[in-house]
Amino acid sequence: MARMVTTRNKVISTAAAWLVGFLIFFPILWMVLASFKTELEAFAIPPSFLFFHWTTENYVTVQERSDYLHHALNSIIIAGGSTLIAMLIAIPAAWSMAFSPTKRTKDVLLWMLSTKMMPPVGVLVPIYLIYRTFGLLDTRSGLIFILCLGNLPIVIWMLFTYFKEIPKDILEAARMDGATIGRELIYVLTPMAVPGLASTLLLNLILAWNEAFWTLNLSTLEAAPLTVFIASYSSPEGLFWAKLSAASTLAIAPILVLGWFSQRQLVRGLTFGAVK
Amino acid sequence: MGQITLQGVQKSFGPVHIIKGADLEITDGSFVVFVGPSGCGKTTLLRLIAGLEDVTGGAILIDGRNVVDVPPAKRGLSMVFQSYALYPHMSVRGNIAFGLKMAGVAKDEINRKVEAAAATLNLTPYLERKPRELSGGQRQRVAIGRAIVREPKAFLFDEPLSNLDAALRVQMRLEVTRLQKQLGTTAIYVTHDQVEAMTMADKIVVLNGGKIEQYGSPLELYEKPNNLFVAGFIGSPKMNFVTGELARQQGATTIGVRPEHLKVERDGQGGWQGTVAVAEHLGSDTFLYVDAAALGMLTARYVGELDLHPGDRVSLIPDPARIHRFDDSGKSIHA
Repeated sequence: MARMVTTRNKVISTAAAWLVGFLIFFPILWMVLASFKTELEAFAIPPSFLFFHWTTENYVTVQERSDYLHHALNSIIIAGGSTLIAMLIAIPAAWSMAFSPTKRTKDVLLWMLSTKMMPPVGVLVPIYLIYRTFGLLDTRSGLIFILCLGNLPIVIWMLFTYFKEIPKDILEAARMDGATIGRELIYVLTPMAVPGLASTLLLNLILAWNEAFWTLNLSTLEAAPLTVFIASYSSPEGLFWAKLSAASTLAIAPILVLGWFSQRQLVRGLTFGAVK
Repeated sequence: MGQITLQGVQKSFGPVHIIKGADLEITDGSFVVFVGPSGCGKTTLLRLIAGLEDVTGGAILIDGRNVVDVPPAKRGLSMVFQSYALYPHMSVRGNIAFGLKMAGVAKDEINRKVEAAAATLNLTPYLERKPRELSGGQRQRVAIGRAIVREPKAFLFDEPLSNLDAALRVQMRLEVTRLQKQLGTTAIYVTHDQVEAMTMADKIVVLNGGKIEQYGSPLELYEKPNNLFVAGFIGSPKMNFVTGELARQQGATTIGVRPEHLKVERDGQGGWQGTVAVAEHLGSDTFLYVDAAALGMLTARYVGELDLHPGDRVSLIPDPARIHRFDDSGKSIHA
């Protein structure tokens, strides 16, 4: 007999889900609200939730003080570029690990993941010095490079798990049909892996867009993406909550919209292909 | 042409020997079935011929040319997989055409060949559909279409019908056999189902534990099995084996009699006495499972209906001309 789901249980679990969802979403909501407050109202106690003097002056000030579009463009180039390069490297890498594994494949995979276990700050000084020597500080290519390297393990892992789901028979059929490795990748594997590739691409784009450690430390103005733009509102002279919120809202808006339209792929991506 | 010769073919995965030296001569145009229990190496042997696995030793000759270093596509063979292995993102047309496209055949010719193959397999109405929109039998046909369109030297079938339901399997069995005869192309067909082997094959290769136990026509295997294994594997229901004093009297360690070569007599005196444990009435046949005390359980097949029920006493009289004798090592003793 199937397990009974009573109406009461349904109501309780629905309410609980909404509550958890709201809790998670609340900081973002609060940030958006704060961006429409005056600086004084932004940190008033008790805080006003909806009944305050709505204003857009923060957005105007933010745009006057710093060039949002310049940073947004940097973000697009850096996140997009690092994602594309990571995908180009990761597709053949994951292909070879998924379809012609050797005795060491598992070790290589674990080793790659282990690089993500080290705190980035541990290598900040050497990387900074290398970047200074090669003139990569505050350059887009420098940031593309470091973000690409940083996310590559996750991209390879994700693609590896997707490729693993593809029946080997189909690739063997392609080989019997005379496809070379390159053609097998282009005509058979890639089209079959499109959902996996899409969610990997999206997730990596978001990770790169939000990456703050390297972008803050290795860029100042020229190549600075939106993360630097946000951080510039938390300065030694004091925090400007309302303006900081406005800057943050502007910075996350594009990725939020992107995420909203691709929820399904994202869930699949975040669960590493476990949900079908 | 599709003459395939195996010379001392060996395959090991690490320390595990899967194929322990296989020699085989497959003549052009014949339908050869590899049959054996799970893990006997039949699929591995097929994959070695296909080139999907590399041999550890020995030679594989196709039309006299050793192909062990030739990649799968260049061997001129085509394969039908158990899972069909259709390209899910391509239409039926795309699936069948893929091999020709890879070979760089001109578009017009591809279309002509694909349509001809589709017509042969009654797939014409489905050409623009995706595999997921087809039934199991239709998918199987597409997989076969993909194999025939390339006009290979030989077809390799890896348990192609095992995912189909029983009725469809019988129908496809006939279709595959007919198609192969019509095209006259060599075929190697792997199955664990000895009925498929007996009905489809010109010649059967019985494999066990990575070794070829016997190679011969279905009736040769049925009438003159080389050893206990082949005797027990070929034929349904299975051959009865009797050891001990009865076998010694015949100058053998084990004697075997097929169920259809046991005459059943109700309350009879001669032969082997026993009690019916289970009686299966199929109308066309009656299968009796008889508890014959010291001889163990014996199976008898009677053509037609026999009104016997559990608990009835019967005697089973073996046809003396049809008794198979085996020595200590399990080899057949031929008079």
